[in-house]
Amino acid sequence: MSEPINIPTMAGFAAKGEVPEVLFWLGCMGAFDDRARKITKAFVRILNAAKVKFAVLGQEESCTGDPARRAGNEFLFQMQALQNVTTLNGYGVKRIVTACPHCFNTLKNEYPALGGSYEVLHHTQFINTLIKEGRIKIEGGSFAGKRITFHDPCYLGRGNGEYEAPREVLLKLDAALVEMKRSKQNGLCCGAGGAQMFKEAEPGNKEVNIERSEEALAASPDIIAAGCPFCNTMLTDGVKHFNKEGEVVVKDVAELIAEAGDL
Amino acid sequence: MMERILFALLLVGATVLFSRNILRITRNIKLGKDVDRTDRKGERWALMTRVALGQSKMVVRPVAGILHMIVYAGFVIINIEVLEILIDGLFGTHRVLSFMGGLYDFLIGSFEWLALGVWVACAIFLVRRNIIKVKRLVMKELDGWPKTDANLILVTEIALMTAFLLMNGADQLLAWRGEGHYVTAGAFPVSDAIAIALDNWSTASLITLERAAWWFHIIGILAFLNYLVVSKHLHILLAFPNVWYSKLAPKTEMTNMPRITGEVRSMLDPSVQPPVPVARTVAGMEMTERFGAKDVFDLSWKSLMDAYSCTECGRCTSECPANLTGKLLSPRKIMMDTRDRLEEVGKVIDAKGKWEDDGKSLHSRVSEEELWACTTCNACTQACPVNIDPVEIILEMRRYLVMEESKTRPALTTMFNNVENNGAAWAFGPDRRMEWAEEMNR
Repeated sequence: MSEPINIPTMAGFAAKGEVPEVLFWLGCMGAFDDRARKITKAFVRILNAAKVKFAVLGQEESCTGDPARRAGNEFLFQMQALQNVTTLNGYGVKRIVTACPHCFNTLKNEYPALGGSYEVLHHTQFINTLIKEGRIKIEGGSFAGKRITFHDPCYLGRGNGEYEAPREVLLKLDAALVEMKRSKQNGLCCGAGGAQMFKEAEPGNKEVNIERSEEALAASPDIIAAGCPFCNTMLTDGVKHFNKEGEVVVKDVAELIAEAGDL
Repeated sequence: MMERILFALLLVGATVLFSRNILRITRNIKLGKDVDRTDRKGERWALMTRVALGQSKMVVRPVAGILHMIVYAGFVIINIEVLEILIDGLFGTHRVLSFMGGLYDFLIGSFEWLALGVWVACAIFLVRRNIIKVKRLVMKELDGWPKTDANLILVTEIALMTAFLLMNGADQLLAWRGEGHYVTAGAFPVSDAIAIALDNWSTASLITLERAAWWFHIIGILAFLNYLVVSKHLHILLAFPNVWYSKLAPKTEMTNMPRITGEVRSMLDPSVQPPVPVARTVAGMEMTERFGAKDVFDLSWKSLMDAYSCTECGRCTSECPANLTGKLLSPRKIMMDTRDRLEEVGKVIDAKGKWEDDGKSLHSRVSEEELWACTTCNACTQACPVNIDPVEIILEMRRYLVMEESKTRPALTTMFNNVENNGAAWAFGPDRRMEWAEEMNR
C-alpha cells in the first residue's frame, strides 16, 4: 500500500474546528465482526476515492440500542440512545451514513423523539449519490455479465421503503440483476432481525436463513448482494449449508463497488 | 297491513340490537391506551380510498383478490336494492323504484350479474377452504369456531343470493303472466333462466315462492347484520376506519416510551425529577401505567381495533418467516388472541358493570415462545389487506415480559449485559472499535 490510510475521527475534526461532510456510523458489527469489517473497509475506500470528507466516532460510538429495544429492554435502549444523542449533538452532527439498516432505522426514525434529528443515509443511498454526482466512476469490469441477486434488508426495504438505491448501484456493474421469488415489498427476512441475531431460534423445522438462502440460490446467481451485515452473515451461513460457497459469493453492495472500481 | 307492521318491528329490532353491539365493540376498543392517529389527514383519506375502498392489497393475490372484489362489489351494490326492499316492506309497495325505467333495468341487471358472481365466488371460497384446503385457511388456530364462522358466512351469502335470484325469477314470471301488482320491471338477465325453469308452477305457488324468498332475503340481511358483530366478518365495517387510522410512520419505527425517557434522564442527571406514573381509570378500575403490555388495557386502542378488524385470512401468517419455518408464532393468532381476550374482558364488564381482575391476561393466550420467534421483519403488516399491525402487539408484550417480569431468553440477557457494559451487543470493549482501521494499513 502506497500511503497509509488515516481514518479521521469526529474528535480530530473538532480539534481543528472543522466539521466533516458526513459521519460514518459503523455499527457494532461493522466495528467488531471480522466479516462486517470488510464491508466497513470497502466503504471507507469508496469514501476516500470519492474524496468525501468523512469522520467516524471511533471509541465514542456506542450501540444504537436497536437490539435491546426489539428485545423489550426499553430502559437499555434509552440509556444508549440518550448517550449517543448527547455525543452526536455535542459534535453538531447533521448528516450520518451507515452500512447497517438497523442502525439506520434507529438513528433516522427513533432518535428524533429523543432529541436527535439528523439526515441519515444508508450507504447504498450514499454510494448511489456519489455515482450520480460523478464523484466515483464505476465500470463493470470483472462483474460484467455476472448474475447478481439483491436481498432486501427488512429494515431498509419494508421498514423504510428503500428498494431502488441498492439496485441502481448494482446496475452500474454491468451485471444481470436477477430477482428472487420474494423480493422488494415481499422480500423474505434473513432471520436475524428483532434481536434474533443474538439468540437461538425458537423451535421449528427449519432456520429462516436456510429458507432464504435456498430461495437466493434458486435464482442461480453468481453473487448474492446484501446491504446489511446481519443479512450478510445469515446468507453466508446459508450458502455454506448448501455447500455452494465455491460457486456463489455473498457480498455487500459496497464491497462489489470497491472491487469494481479497484479501490 | 300485518306484513308491514311485522316488517317494521323486525327492522327496528335488528337496528336496536345492532346498535347495542356496535356500542359494546366501541367501548371495548376504547379500553386501549390513547394514541393519536389523526395527523396527515389527506394521506389517510388517500390511503383508505386506495387500500380499503380500492382493495389494492387484496389483489396482490389475484385469485382470492378478484373473487373477493366480486363479493365486495356485490355486497356494496346489491345494498342499493335493499333500499328498495326496505321501502317496499314499510309501505307495502312493490318495486317502488321501477319508475326509473331504463336506469332501473340497468341497475337490476347489474345486481343480478353480481348476485350470480357472489354466488359463484362464495362457492369457490368454500371449495378452497373445505376441499382444496389452501394451507393458510386450514391452520390449527382456525380449528373449531373460526372454521365454522368462515363457512357459515359463505353459506349464508350463497343462501341470500339464491333467495334474491329466486325472488326475481318468480317475480318476473308473475309479471309475464300479468298477475296483480307484479309489474314488468327491470331486466332480469340471470333470473330469466329461473323464470323459465319455474314455468310449470301454479301462480299461487309462485306468489308464495316470491314472498318467501323476499322475506328470507330481507330477514337474512338483518340477521347477517347482527351476525357481523359476533364474527370475524366485522371486517366489512371496520376495514375502512382501520385503514384510515393506519400507522403512517416507517414500519420499523417503534413507539417511544416517554416515561422511560424521563426515568433515564433523571438517572443521568440527578437534578431532573423522575416522572410520576400516570394512572387512568378504565371501566371503573384504576390502572397504573405499565411497561409494555400485560393485557388488552396496555395496548393502544388501535391495536384493539386491529384485532376486531381481522377477518382471519392468514395472509400475514403465510408470509411470516417464523411461521414458514415451523415456529409457533402466527401473526394471525396474535390478532385472534387479542380479540378473544378483549371479548372475554368485555363480558366481565358487561356482567359486573366494571372491570374486575379475572386472574388472566393476554399472556394466558400468547406464549413466550410465540413472542420470541418474531424477527420484526414486517412481512405481516405488508401482507395485511387492511393494515393490521401484529408486530406492535408482539413488541409491547416483549416489553412487559422483560421490564415487568424479567423474563427473556438467556442469550438476550448476555446481549443486554454486553450493551450495558461495553456499549456493544458483543463482548468487545470500546478500545477495540478502531482495530479495523489499523488492519487497513497492514
